[in-house]
Amino acid sequence: MSSEDFGFLLALLLNGVSIGLMYALIALGFVLVYKATDAINFAQGEFVMMAGLIAAAVMGPEGTWLILAILATLAIMVGFGFALERVVLRPLLGRPVVAVIMATIGLAAVLRGLTPIIFGSSTMGVLLPIGDEPITIGPASLPPIQVLGAAVAVLFFAAFGWFFKKSRMGVAMRAVADNQQVAQAMGINVERYFAIAWAMTGVVSALGGIVWGSMLGVDIQLALVGLKVFPVVILGGLDSIGGALLGGVIVGVVESLAAGYLDPYVGGGTKDFAPYVLMILVLMFRPYGMFGRRQIERV
Amino acid sequence: MTMFHREAGVFKTTYAADMALFPLPVARWTVAALAVLFVAIVPLALGEYYLSILNLIFIAVVGALGLNILVGYTGQISIGHGAFMSVGAYTAANLAVKLGLPFWITLPAGGLMAALIGVLVGIPSLRIKGLYLAIATLAGQLIIEWTINHVPAISGGAQASIQVPRPHLLGLTLDSQSRLYFFLLFFAVLAIVATLNLVRSRIGRAFVAVRDQDIAAEIIGINIFRYKLLSFAISSFYAGVCGVLYTYYFGIANYEQFQLIVSIDYLAMIIIGGLGSVLGSIFGAIFVTLLPIVLRLLLESVGSLFFDESDLANVISGTRLAVFGALIIFFLIVEPEGLNRLWRNIRSYFRVWPFSY
Repeated sequence: MSSEDFGFLLALLLNGVSIGLMYALIALGFVLVYKATDAINFAQGEFVMMAGLIAAAVMGPEGTWLILAILATLAIMVGFGFALERVVLRPLLGRPVVAVIMATIGLAAVLRGLTPIIFGSSTMGVLLPIGDEPITIGPASLPPIQVLGAAVAVLFFAAFGWFFKKSRMGVAMRAVADNQQVAQAMGINVERYFAIAWAMTGVVSALGGIVWGSMLGVDIQLALVGLKVFPVVILGGLDSIGGALLGGVIVGVVESLAAGYLDPYVGGGTKDFAPYVLMILVLMFRPYGMFGRRQIERV
Repeated sequence: MTMFHREAGVFKTTYAADMALFPLPVARWTVAALAVLFVAIVPLALGEYYLSILNLIFIAVVGALGLNILVGYTGQISIGHGAFMSVGAYTAANLAVKLGLPFWITLPAGGLMAALIGVLVGIPSLRIKGLYLAIATLAGQLIIEWTINHVPAISGGAQASIQVPRPHLLGLTLDSQSRLYFFLLFFAVLAIVATLNLVRSRIGRAFVAVRDQDIAAEIIGINIFRYKLLSFAISSFYAGVCGVLYTYYFGIANYEQFQLIVSIDYLAMIIIGGLGSVLGSIFGAIFVTLLPIVLRLLLESVGSLFFDESDLANVISGTRLAVFGALIIFFLIVEPEGLNRLWRNIRSYFRVWPFSY
């Protein structure tokens, strides 16, 4: 391998890792809800889209109200998470998994239908004051937003790791996730923790919406980012925070390598396709992902 | 007076009578009346536009029945129904255009090809279920969409759409809505009768056993691997046929008609109509087909008061999607058994009317 080839590979890898960390941030929202409540959020991408639209709308076309936009997005998304748990998810408690999946698919359709009516259908920008000058790391030069996004993701993974391991609330949440009835018997208010889990998803989606919106621009297409959540969490295991991180990096790298090495032969588009093929393969051999908890069923 | 007899006064004395497709005389009379209505009255009374809507409903009935066999009866969720339709559509289109084959070959061929692909996508269902299976079928949808779009040998070049000649029957080209009407009605009825018979057969009961408790089903001797794959095969066969019918209806096979959103439309049909119910599939197909038409009429008449002419198209498609999603959530929370349950409630009310106990 010549040094030029090696440089190309390294650049693809670095690009993949940074994008992958940003996928992992969105996947984290999915895992938090699944871990705590056993509910599945097929509308994760729509959450990100909605957050991005709110941020862009509050910020204005010049990016004037940056801090206000970030705070408003966080507040609205947290409120939205709470409301959603109350109105849609709580009545479905204890119903078959198909019902919860369909309800969040329905929610995705509602958000996809309503947001362009509310915010208009033109693409808006989320202008973060970070400039356009690429940041050079070894042979790769990455757009600054990708570096910032990756940094935010790493920060939040560390924070959530600490939260679940050390804080009283995090430990209670793990207890709820593990066994709702026992947790309730130990005096934990299970419903309250369900609401908190959805609110935390709101926080993660708000951050995801801001960094992804800043990178791609916000319109309804941003919701497609949500489709990447599934290979990420399947690879990592649905209820593993570390798995989401690793799954994100793997998906990012696979995408980047596929785009770099396969696209010239098939005329583009392998980026959207390769993670799913990988995911199907993993499902065949390790149905519960790399770190997923294997569920044991009894009649 | 036999035709008005309902449960009371009808005594079944044989097992065959108990398992009959229409155990009550009133059901037979209803079916006969519906047959007269749809064969003789409707095609004469309605114009091309209304027939075209009915035709769309007939096609949707086929697809909804197929998805309900998989999701409603067997409990295997699939988000890839639209992709299976596209497999049927492109199989038929290629056979019709490249080999000049007639519909009575391309139609079953499209169904069989979709069944084959459906079984392949369904293989993970042997090891996984629930959410993991939903995501696997989602992957199937995206991979099939991508493949059709990127392989010119399948999709027929840049636009990924293939013009298909209209079907011929007895020397007649079915190129208008009134001519397509009987063609599509025939397949809708065929699908309904086939499903009614399937779900009361040994296979249908095995499907329900797998849905209700698959481990218990295995213990009582049901080969769940076989029945899960069979369910995927039958369901995809219906989807493939549905895709072929769309192709003949529009005169074109186009992958944009079978994207992820179509899979969700069909899931909406069976949830709004009623999971695990043939009548529910029909209700759902009617409801979901009519909803955008009614919404468009409504918004075109009052929407211009609130929105610009240029935004109106976006508003209509957005509203359609939002109302869809809201209805799915509404039915899941309030009436999980769908329109079929509402219909049964109305029927049981009138069954004992005017004595409510």
